[in-house]
Amino acid sequence: MAIISIRDLIVEYDGRRVLDRLNLDIEPGETMVLLGGSGSGKSTLLRQILGLERAHSGGAFVKGIDITRCSQAELRLVRRSIGVAFQSGALFNSLSVKDNVALALREHTALAPSIIDLMVWMNLAAVGLAEFGHLHPQELSGGMKKRAAVARAIALDPEILVFDEPSAGLDPIVAAELDELILLLKKAFQMTVIVVTHELSSAFRIADRIAMLYNGTFLATGTKDEIRNSQHPRIRQFLDRVPDKMGEPSEVAASFGKYLRGEEAGL
Amino acid sequence: MPVLTESVGRKTLTYLDYVGGLSTQLWAALRAMGTSLPIVGNRYRWKASVDQMLQIGVSALPMVGLMAMCSGFILAMQGASELRRFGAMHYVIDLVAVGFTREMGPLLTAIAVSGRSGSAFAAEIGTMSVTEEIDALRVMAFEPVEFVLAPKYLAALIMVPCLTVASNVCGILAGGIFMFFSTHLGLGLYLHYVLSSIQLRDVISGLIKSLAFATIIVHVGCLEGFRVRGGPDAVGRSTTTAVVKSTFLVIVADVIFTAIFYFTGKH
Repeated sequence: MAIISIRDLIVEYDGRRVLDRLNLDIEPGETMVLLGGSGSGKSTLLRQILGLERAHSGGAFVKGIDITRCSQAELRLVRRSIGVAFQSGALFNSLSVKDNVALALREHTALAPSIIDLMVWMNLAAVGLAEFGHLHPQELSGGMKKRAAVARAIALDPEILVFDEPSAGLDPIVAAELDELILLLKKAFQMTVIVVTHELSSAFRIADRIAMLYNGTFLATGTKDEIRNSQHPRIRQFLDRVPDKMGEPSEVAASFGKYLRGEEAGL
Repeated sequence: MPVLTESVGRKTLTYLDYVGGLSTQLWAALRAMGTSLPIVGNRYRWKASVDQMLQIGVSALPMVGLMAMCSGFILAMQGASELRRFGAMHYVIDLVAVGFTREMGPLLTAIAVSGRSGSAFAAEIGTMSVTEEIDALRVMAFEPVEFVLAPKYLAALIMVPCLTVASNVCGILAGGIFMFFSTHLGLGLYLHYVLSSIQLRDVISGLIKSLAFATIIVHVGCLEGFRVRGGPDAVGRSTTTAVVKSTFLVIVADVIFTAIFYFTGKH
């Protein structure tokens, strides 16, 4: 049975349809990458899976519970089995890295402080930040922040680990290290991993399956090889990095040309 | 005409939405307040409340004291300039004592706290919204109202009345200093007249007002923060809006409370 099921999910903002009748099953223990360009609806779908927004219709079932419509008590229960590493890290700036990781353990468990300290140290060591626990988030580099966010996400040993754009804003070496970390964590903890990204290299390195989003719909869902060999024109365009209008100037280039000629200013 | 009615309807809906948001938030905060209490509540939340008490109360004390002293001098001088003509300088004492305990003390304190702390709440929570920290709290199965708002509310409910008492004392003392230099009235005798001119009812009505003002400042500031969408500019706008709205609502609430105390006091 799928650990996460998306069923006929429709999301609209001010009458504009952002996700259009999506269906997807994510099996326990697999790494599903939600791949797509900017504005394709990846982050909106992720917010639905995390229960951060209400759907217009359809549902997102996490462990059998429709997280888009369940009660607050059910939502809290489901969320304890999900760890999330946000795109920006979303670490609490008023707390040290150590306290960020310890927060969920202190609040949601009855463990002794000495055990919590040990668990925090282990989680920080797992992401290579054991010596940086005393620092505050603003003292960390971008890559360290993301790793600290991962340490916080795995603190409660979740069944589902979610990454929102893990490699965004990182140099290729740090991004590759983060991909490696995701693979190691999955192997060590046997979690279901969901990764939202538009980075092709990351997606093909870490995915078991890939769901390709475009304009709020899935163009294709399949294994890495199935996506890599897909002949769907939009998927080929995305994988081959081809601008929207081949041979013609893109919208951005055309607009820039107008700007240079002074047309935008009405000259 | 349809455009006008449409505009009025839209504005009315916006205001109702805001009032609804404030009421829902107030109810949620009251339900979550227990966790911020010492002994029976969560010790981390109580620690956060104490931190907030230092920021809302102790740090604001010099500013509130100075504002109250200046206002005390102004009130005494303005009163004296008129009352001197009728040989009724002793009424300056009543004016300052009653004016401060009933009105000036709570209002000046509320304006100072609104400018200092109301804006800080909006900026802090707004930044947390923009940097996904509020979302992170939700997905970690924490209730942002309980985690962020309740400690601030508890701290304000304790510290704003304390600041009001301090403001009353400073304002009345300023009146005493003025009276000493203008009429050579000794401070002991001045305080004796002050105590005979104010009643317990005056002090209590001022403290009731201060509790209402604290509620307005905290909830408007926090709601503005929670509603921030976008980037840093939205945080800036929310900060300004929080101060403007809370100051306006404090004055409206002051009129309502003064009217209630006036009409109930007549009987």
